[in-house]
Amino acid sequence: METFKTLIVILLSSVFVNNYVLARFLGICPFLGVSKKIDQATGMGVSVTVVMLLATAVTWPIQHFLLDPFGLGYMQTLVFILVIASLVQMVEILLKRFSPALHKGLGVYLPLITTNCAVLGVSINNITDGYNFVESVVSSLGCGLGFLLAMVLFSGIRSRIDESKVPVPFRGLAVTLIAASFISLSFMGFAGIVDALFA
Amino acid sequence: MGQDIVTALLAIIPIGLILGLALAFFSIKFAVKENTKAKAVRTLLPSANCGACGFKGCDDYALAVAEGRAEANLCVPGGGETAENIGALLGVKVEPPKSVAAFVHCNGNCEATGKKAVYEGISSCRAAAMLYSGPGACAFSCIGLGDCAEKCPHNAICVKDGIAHVDATKCVGCGICQSVCPHNVISMVPRKASTAVMCNNKDKGADARKACKNACIGCKKCEKTCKNGAITVENNLARIDYSKCNACGACADACPTGCLKKVNFIKK
Repeated sequence: METFKTLIVILLSSVFVNNYVLARFLGICPFLGVSKKIDQATGMGVSVTVVMLLATAVTWPIQHFLLDPFGLGYMQTLVFILVIASLVQMVEILLKRFSPALHKGLGVYLPLITTNCAVLGVSINNITDGYNFVESVVSSLGCGLGFLLAMVLFSGIRSRIDESKVPVPFRGLAVTLIAASFISLSFMGFAGIVDALFA
Repeated sequence: MGQDIVTALLAIIPIGLILGLALAFFSIKFAVKENTKAKAVRTLLPSANCGACGFKGCDDYALAVAEGRAEANLCVPGGGETAENIGALLGVKVEPPKSVAAFVHCNGNCEATGKKAVYEGISSCRAAAMLYSGPGACAFSCIGLGDCAEKCPHNAICVKDGIAHVDATKCVGCGICQSVCPHNVISMVPRKASTAVMCNNKDKGADARKACKNACIGCKKCEKTCKNGAITVENNLARIDYSKCNACGACADACPTGCLKKVNFIKK
């Protein structure tokens, strides 16, 4: 029961409190770049979630069974980038072969996130937070869902911005960044909530 | 110190090597065979991606042709030349496609018709058409806010004097304008056509005339004049069946309101 509670806390806190885009400011590039339309944003969010899960499932064993025993912890970043990038490429090849429909949906986003900082960030943070394997996987799932949530919310806001009259100097990226900062500010309100829920 | 570098190298190089080999293995083992025929057909298409063939762009059509799901003469912008090239590539005989051009069946210019209301909403025909069939006195007319001109990939349409005009020299006959017009004023007309109906009003003669001086009043003079039975008046509006029309032009001479006009599309 205790472990289950821990897992729930990890999941919820990585979705809301430590949201990778809105609280930790990682993965801003796809957040601003691919959030114009809601279907694209959803596709990107789902792809990132899948890649985060895969990356964590592979990098956690690498850290604990390969890097740590040989005292190579300082090579973490390099090895993780190498592993994640090739992993995503392999997944893309497999998708293209076995599920062309899924490849059409997710395939365009996969090369974009091969070494996305949010994906790398999740893998590294799972190690630094001292999570065990299951906790790491749950945490990366939460981070992916949090990313998806942020993307979908933001694409909704952007479609509203497109329809409204924005003062000329603020048009384009400026108003997008302002909107992003507001939604980030609102997510700051989640701080401390999850711990209090299960206290 | 020196040993650290060696250990690191010894660890990283195998990892990189294994991953590289794995990637190479994956890309060979699970390679997707691309349809070379479709690729060859694709290079012959004009890349207008207009959708006039009925497929989702040139890529989709090329695949359909290569797999034998589609005729080779459906590419409208490419015309006879493209159809011939594809036929030569696939080794089949291809009939040349019908050469068509978009035509605006409305002559309700500012002089001939008026407005029943002043429209101040979004500058789009589709939006305007939702309010009482548009601001014009005629509920069937060209609204003239230029949705078709905006969508035309070849800049062949301009709005002059309140109605859209198609420049037949630039029109490739893709039919996008036809699909965006909320009043269905635009249709695709064979380029060999010599006469065309310049009206879309399906009201009774008197009402149509009240709305617009140039309207078709459904008097059926053209129907009686035409020896080939190419013209029929349906819903108070003349309609030409171009498969029967022999381009004599007698109907245009007989039309009392001048809504049947002689036209001359430049051959393409």
